[in-house]
Amino acid sequence: MITLDLFLNAVTAGILLGGFYAAVSLGIAIAFGLLDIVNIAHPVFVMLGSYVAYTMNLRFGLDPILTGLLFTPVFYGLGVLLYRIYYASFERKGAEALRGLVFFFGILFIVEVSLLLAFGVDYRMIEASYVGRSFHIGPVGIAFRLLVPCVVGVALTGALYLFLSRTFYGRAIQAVAQDSFALRLMGANPFKVKDVAFGLAIGTAALAGALLIMIGPVEPAMNREYIGRVFAVAVLGGMGSIGGTLVAALILGVAESLTSTFYGPSWGVAVSFGVLLLALAVRPSGLFGR
Amino acid sequence: MRGHAFLVVAVAVVAAGLAVTRVLDNQYYYFAAYVVLQYVVLATAWNILGGYTGYVNFGTPAFFALGAYTAVVLIRWVKAPLGLQLVAGAIIAGLLGLALGYLTLRLRGVFFSIATLALAVVLQTMFINWEYTGGARGTSLVRPATAPLFGSYVQFLFVVMLGLAVLAVATAWWIERSWIGRGLAAIRDNEEAAECMGVPTLKLKLVATTVSGVLMGLAGAPFPYYVTFVEPTSVFDLNYAVNSLAMPMIGGTTTWMGPVIGAVLLGTAQQIATVTISSALNLLLVGLILVAFVILAPEGIVGLVQRLARPRAERTRRSGP
Repeated sequence: MITLDLFLNAVTAGILLGGFYAAVSLGIAIAFGLLDIVNIAHPVFVMLGSYVAYTMNLRFGLDPILTGLLFTPVFYGLGVLLYRIYYASFERKGAEALRGLVFFFGILFIVEVSLLLAFGVDYRMIEASYVGRSFHIGPVGIAFRLLVPCVVGVALTGALYLFLSRTFYGRAIQAVAQDSFALRLMGANPFKVKDVAFGLAIGTAALAGALLIMIGPVEPAMNREYIGRVFAVAVLGGMGSIGGTLVAALILGVAESLTSTFYGPSWGVAVSFGVLLLALAVRPSGLFGR
Repeated sequence: MRGHAFLVVAVAVVAAGLAVTRVLDNQYYYFAAYVVLQYVVLATAWNILGGYTGYVNFGTPAFFALGAYTAVVLIRWVKAPLGLQLVAGAIIAGLLGLALGYLTLRLRGVFFSIATLALAVVLQTMFINWEYTGGARGTSLVRPATAPLFGSYVQFLFVVMLGLAVLAVATAWWIERSWIGRGLAAIRDNEEAAECMGVPTLKLKLVATTVSGVLMGLAGAPFPYYVTFVEPTSVFDLNYAVNSLAMPMIGGTTTWMGPVIGAVLLGTAQQIATVTISSALNLLLVGLILVAFVILAPEGIVGLVQRLARPRAERTRRSGP
């Protein structure tokens, strides 16, 4: 029985979830959409962010969002390091596409198994004063554990949008995406620009991970569900368009929430991968293709 | 290796396997050897598409699980014998391979790889929601206690998997030497150029994806009787994707020998590590070895040996004008 209340609640939850999906997908939108680096390991770095937030919360009682912000520079450094290895081993030799993909697949596996060894397969949660609370607008219930990630996710998206469109470095990153050869003719070094961009992409994973563990309990193998989600969002959003990423994330969030509500949660994951398959087969340039 | 020499070795391998079942009684060795041989089949199957054709497939679990679940359905439905399970598993997985082949019309490179990963997850969700095969809880099966002519059913399964491994390697060996192999290599090097030169690229890609799918389905079909308990998370395990890709990468992707070497080395190492250290740690090892090889020795062990074995004089002559 489909009631209006249930429908409204599902759509609201979907929109809130969508804002969070945007935060998770930003790293892929930059790495895959703008830099052509198929970082299939991005979700596992989000997972790493979750476990950092978990550890800091458990040991020092630190707020997850604060942890996310504090660790963004650390993740940025991690991203820069990863890109340098990637550049030296693959991109410079012009062998990046498939072997690079296998490389990131291996990284995914290493990080996941390391998390498994360190934390085990049990689900881990986080404690913060506002996580359990909620309020109502008419018949629609809004939970803080969804609202906060959505607000932070949208804010992160906005900040990145401003960075890419207004600052010198942001524009340089867009220039690399458009024509890295022309950039070289202008006397700029694409390697240095990509260095910053990829660092930034992994940097977003610290905060996204903190949001993930706020929404619900996490376990190391969970990153695999997010591979489908982030690539669906990135492809649907038009590969590197930040605004498109947000819209695509909201669409996916609502689609998943409706499916979970009316067909059962076990079908939720299939939606994102189904959307991804459909998008790849029908319109690979996405809704807002360049 | 020449044709008759290859045949002699193949027959000798199967004969040796049969002879071992007359002598050795410790069941553990059959369980372990089965897994290694299963990886020989999976790695060889992956390599026909990934190594020869250059299409990286992350969807090995989908094909493997389809073979396994076909067997489960047949066992529950009509108590079908193993031979029928193998044939049916091969056909169903082969059809999925054929469908994947048509997908290459639209998707190339990394997009194809991501689509194969998506395929595995969508299929897993469907099996989680399919009550007939036990859904997410899984289903247990009763393995026949004995097989005719064999001491135990596990020994029989070991010989079956040995036969499948020889079949898979022989298929790869044959493809490599026929015009199909040359056509696939042309696709790998430059698909547009191959198409322009009159290579029937679509037909060849369909052959590669279907043969690869059939072999992976064959590897999965005896699995229900091997483990006697099938549930979605274990048959759709990402480990199959990583291993079937890491083994050819480590052995070398351009010859049939590469996946075999990779599977035997890595598969045996994992079996030993699982017993002596821990199963999580051995997976970490696979990941590290994969990354190390893809960075340092992308041509694999076979390529390394070829490079070192080639006389210095020839090397300099080849690099000259």
